[in-house]
Amino acid sequence: MNLFAIFGEALRALRQNRMRTALTMLGMIIGVAAVVLMLSIGEGARTKINETIAAMGSNLFIVVPGATSSGGFSFGSGSVRTLTINDAYAIAELPSIKGTAPVVSGTVQLNYAAKNWSTIVTGTTANYFEIGNWKMEAGTAFTESDLRSAARVVVLGSVTAKNLFGDEDPVGKTLRITNRPFQVAGVLMAKGQSLTGRDQDDTVVIPITTSERQVTGSQFPGSIRYMLVQGKSATEMDIAEIEITQLLRQRHRIAKGKENDFTVRNLTAIADVATDAAKVMSIVLGAIASVSLLVGGIGIMNIMLVSVTERTREIGIRMAIGANQRAILVQFLLEAMMICILGGLIGLLIGIGGAWLVSQAADMLIVITFGMVGLAFLFASAVGIFFGFYPAKKAASLNPVDALRYE
Amino acid sequence: MAETEIAHADKPLIQINNLCKSYSLQDANGKTITNQVLFDVNLIINPGEFVAIMGHSGSGKSTLMNILGCLDIPTSGSYWLAGKNVATLTSNELAKIRNQHIGFVFQGFNLLKRMTALDNVATPLLYAGVSRTLSRKRALELLRQTGLENFALHQPNQLSGGQQQRVAISRALINNPPLILADEPTGNLDSQTSNEIMLLFQKLNRDQGITIVLVTHEDDIAAYAKRLIRLKDGRVIVDKNNTN
Repeated sequence: MNLFAIFGEALRALRQNRMRTALTMLGMIIGVAAVVLMLSIGEGARTKINETIAAMGSNLFIVVPGATSSGGFSFGSGSVRTLTINDAYAIAELPSIKGTAPVVSGTVQLNYAAKNWSTIVTGTTANYFEIGNWKMEAGTAFTESDLRSAARVVVLGSVTAKNLFGDEDPVGKTLRITNRPFQVAGVLMAKGQSLTGRDQDDTVVIPITTSERQVTGSQFPGSIRYMLVQGKSATEMDIAEIEITQLLRQRHRIAKGKENDFTVRNLTAIADVATDAAKVMSIVLGAIASVSLLVGGIGIMNIMLVSVTERTREIGIRMAIGANQRAILVQFLLEAMMICILGGLIGLLIGIGGAWLVSQAADMLIVITFGMVGLAFLFASAVGIFFGFYPAKKAASLNPVDALRYE
Repeated sequence: MAETEIAHADKPLIQINNLCKSYSLQDANGKTITNQVLFDVNLIINPGEFVAIMGHSGSGKSTLMNILGCLDIPTSGSYWLAGKNVATLTSNELAKIRNQHIGFVFQGFNLLKRMTALDNVATPLLYAGVSRTLSRKRALELLRQTGLENFALHQPNQLSGGQQQRVAISRALINNPPLILADEPTGNLDSQTSNEIMLLFQKLNRDQGITIVLVTHEDDIAAYAKRLIRLKDGRVIVDKNNTN
């Protein structure tokens, strides 16, 4: 048996029925294109989330003041200012903790030359940048000594910098925050949206001491809006959470059995949930698209069965002149596989093209990996073999006499 | 290449002993009906013979042909082809015999549609594992032999019945088989074309020593053969040399 020659026979049979071949292939094209498109969208979403998480900083907790109740009334989370800067400093001393950054914040009006901009001011300590994984685009962050002296220095988020300064270099310039002059020490590198969709770059960061005394103020001096806590290692996050909780309960003199007046949230755990959600989305999208591939495969089986019946006499003739069962099997299997592989290739190109269109039109991140392409291709071949085998087997096991007599 | 030891063996080319063939059918009530077509057929055909098998329709001559051609297997009895017991062969070995040792010519020509005469003739070589170039060369030689070299690139539906049958004969000859089985080869042809085809068979038998077994129900076609076997109701009733 000459495999190459049988390949030629299969190709000839497909060319003799161009329309049918094309329509059968269409099922495969749509299936593979859908799988590639869906996987690339899913993968894009996952990559985006991973980037956001990487930008967030690692092993992070956020500690916010908790709900309290007074006289039977329950107040919302953060309604009382139970957390203080000193709480943050105390937590930083815990063995499992690398550092803490207490934060006070408020909405402020900024002025520079004739422009003004309203944004959120973050008053915090110098290690905020390291804990929050902020990098500098230009200039420097503020320092411990700025903190101690409550200096009027400010670090700008990239969006704020752009809105106030345009193309001008803001470093060293003086802007006014609620009418007090601040010198720009640096500009932060853009981070994009947070997991909750807030624009993290529309902000200004100043020393917490300066903020408390001159900008945000507070009727409870020393109280903070929240604090970022960074654990030493990913494996000790559970221990760190217990230590923080115990320390805060002790410092806040919370009796046994009473509820916490603060909440410790493991941001890394939340990020994990988001990653998992993206993974699940990827799988679901891929699974839905696979259904169309399956339908395409069944279409191929259907057409191949029709083709075997229609060509019964041809099969009989081939057997009479010396084709053995394997030669017949291989020919029909090759026909099905050629439809699948060629359809798969076209589908792949259309899928990649579609992904590119989606990324342009919807401004979404689309990721196409080599593995994805390989997977789609492998799947297409597998569909060809799986759905092509039964009709091919049927053709090969025809009785030569009956096949020859078939009208 | 297929000018094998078979053609020149001293043994008979075909030896059939007590051959019976019956088909089982299901009737409308689902009961199995056994329909016996051949009864105790004994036959010896030696290399170089030209045999015509005659009989009315239903006499079992086509069934006998299918068994001779290794397309069908007997229910009982034995069939020895060139000293080999066909019953012991696997389906692959049967396919190989059909490919190398037997050439088929059918009433309805049985050419592959939408394929040139050249490719039709060359197809058996494809299953023999011969390269495409070589098999096309050989196919063209045979078409020249049967006077069709100018029609090599025509498809069957562009050829007359006689031409199609000559393509089929070329195809049957391509592996140099020692045996040609022709099932009513002139059944679809007019009498003049029939004569041409029969003369071609005679020439192949005479010049190349190819054994030819022919099924027909026409006396003037059978007259071209050297030996006549007549079947009736699945039994051999006449087996004689053609004297005319």
